[in-house]
Amino acid sequence: MSRFLLPLAVFALLVVVLAIGIRHAPEKDIIASPLIGKPAPHFALPDLADPAHTVDSRSLTGRWYLFNVWGTWCFECRAEHDTLLEVRNAAIVPLVGLDWKDDDGEARAWLAQLGNPYQVVAVDHSGRAAIDWGVYGAPETFLVNPQGIVVYKYVGPLTHEVWTHDILPRVPGHPVAGS
Amino acid sequence: MLPELGQFALILALLLAGLQAFFGIVGPMLGRERWMAAVTPAVAGQFVMVALAAGCLIAAFVGNDFSVAYVADNSNSALPLFYRVSALWGAHEGSLVLWILLLAGWTVAVAVGAGRLPPRFAARVLGVLGVVSFGFLLFTLATSNPFLRLDPPAADGADLNPILQDPALAVHPPILYTGYVGFAVAFAFACAAMLEGRMDQSWARWTRPWTTVAWAFLTCGIALGSFWAYYELGWGGFWFWDPVENASFMPWLVGTALVHSLAVTDKRGLFKSWTLLLAILAFSLSMLGTFLVRSGVLVSVHSFAADPRRGVFILAFLVVMVGGALTLYAWRAPRLRSTAGFELGARESFLLFNNVLLVIAAATVFAGTLAPLISDALKLGTLSVGAPYFNPTFMLSMLPLLSLLALGINAGWKRGRLKDKERTLLLTLLAAAVLACAVVFGIYAHGKVLTPVGVMLGIWIILASLVDPLDRWRRSLSLPRAVLGMTVAHVGLGLAVIALATVQSFTVERDVALAAGASARVGSYDFRFEGVRPVEGPNYGGTGALVVVTRGGAPVAILTPQKRQYWVQRQLTSVTSIRMSRGNNLLVALGDDLGAGRWSLRIQIRPLVSLIWLAALIMAVGGTLAASDRRYRTERARESATAGAARPAIQSP
Amino acid sequence: MRRRLTRLTGVLLAALLVVGAAATAYAVDPTQLSDPKLQARYLALTHELRCMQCQNESLADSPVVLAADLRAEVRDMLLAGKSDDEIRAFMVARYGDFILFRPRFNARTAWVWLAPGVLLLVGALVCVRVLRQRAALLTDDSDPVEEDVQT
Repeated sequence: MSRFLLPLAVFALLVVVLAIGIRHAPEKDIIASPLIGKPAPHFALPDLADPAHTVDSRSLTGRWYLFNVWGTWCFECRAEHDTLLEVRNAAIVPLVGLDWKDDDGEARAWLAQLGNPYQVVAVDHSGRAAIDWGVYGAPETFLVNPQGIVVYKYVGPLTHEVWTHDILPRVPGHPVAGS
Repeated sequence: MLPELGQFALILALLLAGLQAFFGIVGPMLGRERWMAAVTPAVAGQFVMVALAAGCLIAAFVGNDFSVAYVADNSNSALPLFYRVSALWGAHEGSLVLWILLLAGWTVAVAVGAGRLPPRFAARVLGVLGVVSFGFLLFTLATSNPFLRLDPPAADGADLNPILQDPALAVHPPILYTGYVGFAVAFAFACAAMLEGRMDQSWARWTRPWTTVAWAFLTCGIALGSFWAYYELGWGGFWFWDPVENASFMPWLVGTALVHSLAVTDKRGLFKSWTLLLAILAFSLSMLGTFLVRSGVLVSVHSFAADPRRGVFILAFLVVMVGGALTLYAWRAPRLRSTAGFELGARESFLLFNNVLLVIAAATVFAGTLAPLISDALKLGTLSVGAPYFNPTFMLSMLPLLSLLALGINAGWKRGRLKDKERTLLLTLLAAAVLACAVVFGIYAHGKVLTPVGVMLGIWIILASLVDPLDRWRRSLSLPRAVLGMTVAHVGLGLAVIALATVQSFTVERDVALAAGASARVGSYDFRFEGVRPVEGPNYGGTGALVVVTRGGAPVAILTPQKRQYWVQRQLTSVTSIRMSRGNNLLVALGDDLGAGRWSLRIQIRPLVSLIWLAALIMAVGGTLAASDRRYRTERARESATAGAARPAIQSP
Repeated sequence: MRRRLTRLTGVLLAALLVVGAAATAYAVDPTQLSDPKLQARYLALTHELRCMQCQNESLADSPVVLAADLRAEVRDMLLAGKSDDEIRAFMVARYGDFILFRPRFNARTAWVWLAPGVLLLVGALVCVRVLRQRAALLTDDSDPVEEDVQT
């Protein structure tokens, strides 16, 4: 008798799995980053503003910063630009940009036209640095603590909600903003 | 005007499906003759309404009515007429209309053929089909209405996805869905039997032709999809274990088991609960496939636009249909015992192995396909499997099955009597081994270990399938269509095995960078690149290359791969050029402009690949032949030996 | 009738030989390492690693820039003398286990690898049970099975 209930039992388990799957569906595109909790990858790349000068990631330790990967070819980066300006204006955590697989002239023009939210922008033409950070689709934003450890990664265009609900609470001394 | 009519027709269809379901299930329960009589008109009405709705949608496409959002999203005035019609099933909403139309079609067919079924049973079958129709119609109207309007209407459409602008597309979904949906009939027959509380031995005989025909369509549909992928995706692959592919393969595996299990139930009244469960499972997997493709829970190359809301609806529908059927099963199946026996070497044993191995194969594909979901639900992190998982695990259950096939075909019912055929079978095995080695080492001169084994199994299956028909012919005995069909189908399977083993091992592929006039040697062929020139089509423009293929100096073929940019969707697509030569497929695809007149090209030589789809076609033909046997049409209700739940079954004469 | 059939077969065969139609973009990678052993390893690795952007395609087949970059990375590591395992570890450290098409065998993935074997075992037990049952029920009566026995 009991073995005839087995198919129904298995089906019930399947339904549970599928229901959980639906609930998680909107986050399906986001693959957990293996970098969380690990030291931020080192890079030494040209500065967009002055290519003779090198931006070395070691100079960034000692404070919180947001590492934002973008490009002028990236449609969604345009969408998040206003939020990035908001982050700059809040003056809580500096933005360090990585201009990924882009043209320097177009990148400078973009920032000149739309406003520059970044404290400094490193240029990655070869894509090596992006690979080290496990980037697979711009825009991506990483939160790095003063010890140089990556504590959070967000894939997709940064929004006000993510800034106030996911990033700020991780920075000590800054409670969640109002709305 | 027409879209409103179409929408209205869908609503009417929903109501009629509801009536069909109600009268079909409640009528026999309460013994109301007039209610049962109302089922057939409801079926006819539903079909007419659904056909009308589909017609309105097609008319909107053909007439370029861009006030209909679905048409605006999937068509364009520059789109050739042929594709404007096939765009009907190019995206989620329209493909649902196709589903519902085919389900209504199958239901009408069952209603027509219901003449020789007992009336209560027939009403129940149609009633269950009505429940399925109702669910799909409700889903369409509630979450995926194809008749939604745009106000103001779009100036022109967004064009059909260029990948879908292909002749094979026009035929693949309708054929595939006919198979998918056809399993609903077996499902309905199973539910009707469970609702009745008894399974006549004739039940299997009634169910067999419907199931076999659905199976044949599904076989063709899957083969067409694979054929299409071969040309579409351009790098010569024809099976990727993609979730959407697996979603059609799982019902096929279970459906194959079902077709065979029905034979045992028909012949000897055995395996009844197995057959019931398989019938439920086959359609459940079809429905699950629908869920997976449309709910966004799985990442896939060709799933429809994902929407979790739709996922919730389908899941609820699944719970009602499949949960309901499995509850019925848990309740009724225990009483379906039979006391018939058979010995170890009997055909029943082999069909038992067949059932078990095919279900395990389906379960393996299931586990792999749902691995991301299961891993996530159990909080085991992200896990996703691909061909490196599926290939070996699938082989694990398939190899034993293919090895036993030749024996199973020749085993007798009840008492195998394989001893009588021992010599013949050993001879066929030997012949197969010799031929396999000749093919593998003679023609191709190299190979992995599994290749001669695979080819040998394929040849053995073919030879073993021919033993009985040849014997009958020799003794001037009749060859019923059912036997002929079975033979043809098994021969098709053998050919498929040979083709697959060969393609897997002997494909040669190289990516090269060539300047105009330069040549590359791949396999025994020389490919000379003659440069590129611009090309233009009805709704695209691009670059075409010319590649001249020779073998030992003698001209073989001219290949013309292209890179196209479709004007509206601005998608860059590559068009592979494929030609046949001595049983090999020669493929060339155009890569990138490397500057200075050099282009990258992908060259492949794939032997015997077309045989795969030809073999699938042969299998489908075999199935259809078998289903057309006269026996299935003249069957009246056999004196039931399992009448009533309490009495155990006795072997019927 | 026969001629019509032949023509139909011809049309069907021709249909099977039809030239390819619209396809989608994919990568053609003419990278050719001078050492054939390295080239073979390169092909194997790029087919075994997933493109993280087009997640159902391998690095070898994906047309996106990221895939090209990752292929270049694989090539450079091979030329630098790294082993296949080191290359895989490099990728996994950055992108997680998801980048491997063939999941590794560990506590978290064991279930999917063991499932087929376990199922076969259960299947075998079921078969043994059923076969024993049915063989015992086999009586010697002259109960005839239908005439055309072989179907």
